[in-house]
Amino acid sequence: MSSRDTDWDGVRLHVVTGKGGTGKTTVAAALALALAAGGRKVLLVEIEGRQGIAQIFDLPPLPYEERKIAVAPGGGDVYALAIDPEAAMLDYLEMFYGLKRMGKALTRMGVVDFATTIAPGLRDVLVTGKTSEAVRRRDGSGRRVYDAVVMDAPPTGRITRFLNVTQEVAGLARVGPVKNHADLVRGVVASPETAVHFVSLLEEMPVQETLDGIAELHEAGLPVGGIFINMVRPVDLPKDVLDAAVKNRLDHAELALGLKAAGLAGGSDDATAIAQALAQEVVDHAHRTRLEKRERATLAKAGTPRYELPLLADGADLAGLYELAEAIRAQGAA
Amino acid sequence: MTKTAPALDIDAILDDENTRIIVCCGSGGVGKTTTAAALGLRAAERGRSVVVLTVDPAKRLAQAMGLTELDNIPRLVKGVRSPDGAKSGHDGSQASTGSRGGSPDGSRGELHAMMLDMKRTFDEIIEAHADPERARQILTNPFYQSLSSSFSGTQEYMAMEKLGQLRRSGDWDLIIVDTPPSRSALDFLDAPERLGRFLDGRLIRILMAPAKAGGRSAFKLLNAGFGIVAGALTKVLGAQVLKDLQMFVSALDAVFGGFRQRAEQTYKLLQAPGTAFVIVATPERDAIREASYFVERLAEERMPLAGLVINRMHRSPAAALSAARSTAAAEDLESRGEHDLAAAVLRLHAGRMQLAAREQREQEHFTSAHPTVPIAHVPAMAEDVHDLDGLREIGELLAS
Ligand SMILES: Nc1ncnc2c1ncn2[C@@H]1O[C@H](COP(=O)(O)OP(=O)(O)O)[C@@H](O)[C@H]1O
Ligand SMILES: Nc1ncnc2c1ncn2[C@@H]1O[C@H](COP(=O)(O)OP(=O)(O)O)[C@@H](O)[C@H]1O
Ligand SMILES: [Mg+2]
Ligand SMILES: [Mg+2]
Repeated sequence: MSSRDTDWDGVRLHVVTGKGGTGKTTVAAALALALAAGGRKVLLVEIEGRQGIAQIFDLPPLPYEERKIAVAPGGGDVYALAIDPEAAMLDYLEMFYGLKRMGKALTRMGVVDFATTIAPGLRDVLVTGKTSEAVRRRDGSGRRVYDAVVMDAPPTGRITRFLNVTQEVAGLARVGPVKNHADLVRGVVASPETAVHFVSLLEEMPVQETLDGIAELHEAGLPVGGIFINMVRPVDLPKDVLDAAVKNRLDHAELALGLKAAGLAGGSDDATAIAQALAQEVVDHAHRTRLEKRERATLAKAGTPRYELPLLADGADLAGLYELAEAIRAQGAA
Repeated sequence: MTKTAPALDIDAILDDENTRIIVCCGSGGVGKTTTAAALGLRAAERGRSVVVLTVDPAKRLAQAMGLTELDNIPRLVKGVRSPDGAKSGHDGSQASTGSRGGSPDGSRGELHAMMLDMKRTFDEIIEAHADPERARQILTNPFYQSLSSSFSGTQEYMAMEKLGQLRRSGDWDLIIVDTPPSRSALDFLDAPERLGRFLDGRLIRILMAPAKAGGRSAFKLLNAGFGIVAGALTKVLGAQVLKDLQMFVSALDAVFGGFRQRAEQTYKLLQAPGTAFVIVATPERDAIREASYFVERLAEERMPLAGLVINRMHRSPAAALSAARSTAAAEDLESRGEHDLAAAVLRLHAGRMQLAAREQREQEHFTSAHPTVPIAHVPAMAEDVHDLDGLREIGELLAS
């Protein structure tokens, strides 16, 4: 196994959360590839039944079954599993109670659907339970089956409840099998072997949600991981130009001269007009850049490692995922 | 060939007295809440008496509208201008529920705003439909607490319920609803139905059977189905849980009829001619695809679509200079080592033109599939929108 130093050595369960639409699924997939690089075996888990992993890897819908979906750079395998709470419930009934046939009957009657839908926290404990099982699983010779497990988790607003399983099922079961199961899961999720990472954008709302989410996790005693700042646009202009632009002191005359030199303007009037329009564009850009800088500084207050992932011009296709995985490795997140 | 869509005439919709409800929908993060608030402000400043029901406003926007508490009470928004440009002089953001008679005939409009508290809304339905003892049983039941605070779809359902309440109150000339931040635009239409189906499901009927049989010992009259269920659930969850569940289900039975009826009423309200759906999307593939589905879905449900708002468009004030020419000129200057500023600015411009072209293509995809759907555009602002001035500007852009 590679002996690179990474920020999360020793972490075996990576939970990826973030505001909806910030790129949770994309970052979880890229992180799985990055962790698998160099010959490791990583499981990527999806839980919301959206088949986001299949979409992003351009595969037909994934079943409730671990299967290999990608090879990482330098060898290494990424497996994927789409956890369906109903199927996890049947697993559970069979594993702990030997209730296989009963499980089928219960499904037919809608009991499983009902229970996983409204029994407080039951759905979550089944999903986290299945994931923890994969984290702990060992093969015949006692070795861990997966070097790491990455979970594409619920959004920031729900993450603490989702992981805080013992709390969640407290109303359901103070003692008994569900409680025991929840305690077991808590043992994995709250351990130093787990890290909950946040995906954010350099925008006000996602940044605010990230900070709120981190504070909540701290309070619940759950392990905070890093912040993946996604869709970062390149800074296209030198700092002095940006500074001048926000102060409305951009050198229009020099810009107009440049346009003329490049043969883009017929006469001086023409050059001045185009220069003015372009300068407006620069001012917009400078304002946005300044805002992004402010959001970056706000994220820094969380005091946890941050990584920047570029905005991919063609969207997050398969090639883009490998690019993001590379960026994740280059910054030491994996 | 560029396809041009008809323009969405926002002011015509806002000024039409027959427009009583506007629903802003679309996938997550596209600007639904912002659009709903901007439409509300504009309508009020054009003389209507408006309430905006928001679901998840950004913190600073909520503050700007005087929404500091999640309390389900419409608050008067300060700083709304009357049609002649003067600011309305109401002081304080006191709750007010009296009836108002704003109209677009030049009389002063008003804007109220509220934030949806889904749990409280749910609690209120229970309280309205069950006797106090029953209501208490339900409200303290762990299954109810789970359903009312975390069932996916409860928020959508409660937004609809609140809309129905506001409409029935007759206090409002125009109600603008923001929809919950679901990933998919369609969740909004499907969720109430999902909750209804769920409450109407087979298991609930099985669990309710003993209660319906006249409150005799729950286990006497059970049918075979219930026996199996009860046995398994007791084994897995314990007897107390089963008791909780049964109590919940039988208590729910009391309020259930009311539930259905209200859902149906609201559904009809959404089909009525006084309703206008405004779909919001960003000019990106996923959001536009969702918008397309939504157009089709509204047609199927016979719900009236006003049009599409494409929010956060990137345009260039120097659009005559193409990306290709701009890039070539930058390369030229760079190779000569001259005019660094112009070269950098031209590169920036080329990037923006490419982005604008991509966005234009996404819009054309939409328009070729739905050529008759009117479209309004709102450019991407340099900063977030979090005060009335920002909302007013968005409103102007929407209407232009
Ligand atoms: N770094 C990136 N550059 C460009 N597009 C991205 C990037 N990350 C994500 N996306 C795109 O953003 C959208 C949302 O990403 P997704 O991973 O599905 O978010 P989430 O799971 O948080 O909802 C998708 O269309 C995805 O392709
Ligand atoms: N035209 C726009 N330009 C710039 N920022 C915008 C624009 N429209 C919305 N925003 C910002 O985008 C974020 C998400 O908007 P919001 O209305 O809350 O979306 P939704 O309700 O669809 O989730 C907010 O921070 C808002 O200020
Ligand atoms: Mg996702
Ligand atoms: Mg919103």
